[in-house]
Amino acid sequence: MDENVRREIILDHYQNPKNKETIEDERYIKVNSNNESCIDNINLYILMEEGIIKDIKFDGEACAISTSSTSIMITNLIGKTVKEAKEYIDNFDAMVNERDYDEEILNEGIVYNTIYKQGNRKHCAMLPYIGIRKVLEEYESK
Amino acid sequence: MNREDFPMLSEDIVYFDNGATTLKPQCVIDKTVEYYSQYGASSHRGDYDIAYKVDQEYESTRDKVRKFINAKYLEEIIFTSGSTEGLNLIASGFFQHLLEPNDEILITKSEHASNVLPWFRLANTNGIKIGYIPLDDHHYVTLENVKKAITPNTKVISLAYITNVIGDIRPIKEIVEFAHQHNIFVVVDAAQSIGHIKTDVQDLDVDFLSFSGHKMCGPTGVGVLYGKKELLENVEPFILGGGMNESFDNEHEMYYKGLPTRLEAGTPNIAGVIALGSAIDYLEGIGLEKIATIEKNLREYLVDKLIMIPHIDIINLESDSGIVSFNVADIFSQDIAYYLNKYNICVRAGNHCAKILKKEVGVNNTIRVSLYFYNTVEEIDMLVELLTDKEKILKEML
Repeated sequence: MDENVRREIILDHYQNPKNKETIEDERYIKVNSNNESCIDNINLYILMEEGIIKDIKFDGEACAISTSSTSIMITNLIGKTVKEAKEYIDNFDAMVNERDYDEEILNEGIVYNTIYKQGNRKHCAMLPYIGIRKVLEEYESK
Repeated sequence: MNREDFPMLSEDIVYFDNGATTLKPQCVIDKTVEYYSQYGASSHRGDYDIAYKVDQEYESTRDKVRKFINAKYLEEIIFTSGSTEGLNLIASGFFQHLLEPNDEILITKSEHASNVLPWFRLANTNGIKIGYIPLDDHHYVTLENVKKAITPNTKVISLAYITNVIGDIRPIKEIVEFAHQHNIFVVVDAAQSIGHIKTDVQDLDVDFLSFSGHKMCGPTGVGVLYGKKELLENVEPFILGGGMNESFDNEHEMYYKGLPTRLEAGTPNIAGVIALGSAIDYLEGIGLEKIATIEKNLREYLVDKLIMIPHIDIINLESDSGIVSFNVADIFSQDIAYYLNKYNICVRAGNHCAKILKKEVGVNNTIRVSLYFYNTVEEIDMLVELLTDKEKILKEML
């Protein structure tokens, strides 16, 4: 991937993140995503309807990689079934952690396909996935 | 200055995170190795020569510390694992037994977690109240505000000598004088001040003072709790075990040793303590006054340059220590830290463990540059140049 294109996509999602909005609608499931090694802290608000992710919004403070990764993740997960969403998440995880993955389904998510080279930023890209995974697993177990 | 003494500085790095920990001079590293390679026995076992040597080194360091902070008695120097342990020991081992429900402890919103959480726990377990001395417009503590904040229930004031985000030097001596007139104890967290300005516990007249070795060119995992002898006598050890007991037969008959051993249970960090002695020798060789002057000059140089950059907002414009906290407009502090890291410049981003400060200063996170005497104007020039071009930051921070 061209480095300038990569940078443009990430910066665009950082400076103009999509779906960044605080939600107080009780139908949304709220989950906090943070990790102890950095100061990023975001909340995800997820609306599930009949096994489908109808909507996701987020708020909070995070670095460029975490913010853009959240924005890109949300764009890709809205409208997906739980199963499809988990497939996306597993592939993203595999990419960041240098396992085999299907880049076709990741769309813009592949901008992080070199993030493994910066060990201290891997957790930034993975940040929103911590929260969404928790919510999907709980939703499935109900 | 003295850069050649620090092996880490022969690496290609610019180290601006001295508030987190300072680098170690070769003499401190050598002393650690000397213990492990020449007389690596345990302490308090003086029946053979090398063990006797250990005790001599260990106890002579205690005396070095005593002189370094001008304590009156050797027994007033307790070796700990660091500032945090000392503050916890005082909260749990002394004030927990002394204070009663509704007694009040005064802190400020700019204290480090280790001078907040031990008191919060007392509030939760013993019904003690926490009060806050208001900070002025520069986020400083003034004697006037201390006077306003105390109530008839105030029993303790616990303050950092220098804070780790704002970097203000608190007027501890004046506060202690006033507090003592009202029978209030004063505890000082000296983590950020000990290697930077001269500490004289008798002149300050503080009741307790805690600091870490690693923020004054010493090793990690070692620190000192100072307390006035008559107060330390009443500190209940919160760790019991070897070394600190005199005898025990059953649960009704256990006798502890006197100070300072009573508060140093278990095999101590011997190498750490001994090497802390070398750190003291080293700093005294340069002189604390000289160190403070160098830092102040470097800080002024940095602030004068940063202030010219329109997209930089300095949180602590006024401050007497080497700490400068700032933000770059519209860029998350951590991204700046990553960006600078690409040029081998080490700075800290975040809330710096002062999590209750954010409302006070109106920002959640900052970039912090904390200077020490081995930093140079050339390093500052490099930092400033990298921060001047916002487009470059945006381009390279990812």
